[in-house]
Amino acid sequence: MDGSSALDLILAGDANLFAIVRLSLLVSLSATLLAAAVALPLGAFVALKPFPGRDAVIVLLNGLMGLPPVVVGLLVFLMLSRSGPLGALGILFTPQAMILAQTILIAPILAALTRQVIEDLWTEYRDELSAMNLGPLASVGALLWDARFSLATIMLAGFGRAAAEVGAVMIVGGNIDGFTRVMTTSIALETSKGNLSLAIGLGIILIGLVMAVNAIAWTVRRWSENYAG
Amino acid sequence: MRDRASDLPIAFAAVSYSAGPVMILDRISLMLEPGAPTALIGPNGSGKTTLLKLAMGLIQPTSGRMTWGGRSGGPPVRRAFVFQKPAMLRRSAAANVAFALSAAERSADRATVNALLEQVGLGARASRPARRLSGGEQQRLALARALARNPEVLFLDEPTASLDPSGTKAVEDIIAEIAASGVKVVFSTHDLGQARRLAADIVFLVTGRIAEHAPVQQFFASPASAQGSAFLRGDLVI
Repeated sequence: MDGSSALDLILAGDANLFAIVRLSLLVSLSATLLAAAVALPLGAFVALKPFPGRDAVIVLLNGLMGLPPVVVGLLVFLMLSRSGPLGALGILFTPQAMILAQTILIAPILAALTRQVIEDLWTEYRDELSAMNLGPLASVGALLWDARFSLATIMLAGFGRAAAEVGAVMIVGGNIDGFTRVMTTSIALETSKGNLSLAIGLGIILIGLVMAVNAIAWTVRRWSENYAG
Repeated sequence: MRDRASDLPIAFAAVSYSAGPVMILDRISLMLEPGAPTALIGPNGSGKTTLLKLAMGLIQPTSGRMTWGGRSGGPPVRRAFVFQKPAMLRRSAAANVAFALSAAERSADRATVNALLEQVGLGARASRPARRLSGGEQQRLALARALARNPEVLFLDEPTASLDPSGTKAVEDIIAEIAASGVKVVFSTHDLGQARRLAADIVFLVTGRIAEHAPVQQFFASPASAQGSAFLRGDLVI
């Protein structure tokens, strides 16, 4: 019963439902891009540059991959609350706060995986690139380019993680109807209210998105094998 | 502007190289002069690859002094290196060559790329992913990348180690052509026939020392060292 109602909502292009989907995509895609802008260079730096405490940084990055979303939400909440260090920004309970929380949540994932990919590739390429007398920046560029398909998969994994989390966006977004309500928070709310049609409809879309992300990751991988070897 | 002064001769003056407590090369004195190819031969672990890497400038001696064309340093802009197992960039064969051209600050236009690929017999494989090429083709692509540097000296580390006879022949033909064009080729090999076919002089290494350095005919006809004689007889030299 509820399942067919959910499908009806999707097929009818329910405005409320698709507004929630749009906001979810906007928040998670923005967070993925922002996290990538920081994490990819950071991962490459840690992979290539020896420095004191590098092992500790790697352990820290790997450990932060398992950051609980609610803890991230709490930290961002404390930072953005009126008495917090970023309180002056006034973005608590806005999509910007949700983007910030998700960025913090997935940046360690992107950085840690990027570090591993780049380090492995560097092990393979080091002699060749050295023999070509390539400078550090050009080497990083070559490594990032040749790892592009793996990095794309990593970014998709980060997006999947961001899109599926509920704790952080619930805390810093406040789940305000029509403003900060995203798929995961809506599912939690609508389920608690007994409005299972909308919850199931959003669940179907969320699962569809996750599957689509995985399908894209797989396609990218297969295509890259054929195109670039 | 790049320094285009000659890197030859390459001189080793009592050069040693050790990795931790392990002495890999021990007080090597050697002069690599312009001219016909030089082959490095010797048992596994004798230091052939290390000597090539030192000559390329990829690693620094632990002690002793090296000079290239009388200069003690400078970037290896006129040297190129082909590794025993060259890493193929995750791009097409043409893109691999284009990358090497760009790294050497040369124009990576299609005509230049194609000319280099044709030179190594890979013109028809330009768009193939480099990692999908056969072992022999990858070795030839590595040669094309090395040639993209327009080198004066080309170092080859066991360039045909894992190739079948036809692959070996193809690579040897290219090496002979490169040498005939005036590029100094220095290569290591376990294939004595290859050393005989390609080289003009032999540097015979044993446990990090030069046991003998002689013209190829002389080395094979009448080696001066007991170790050289034993090696040519097929005895185990350790």
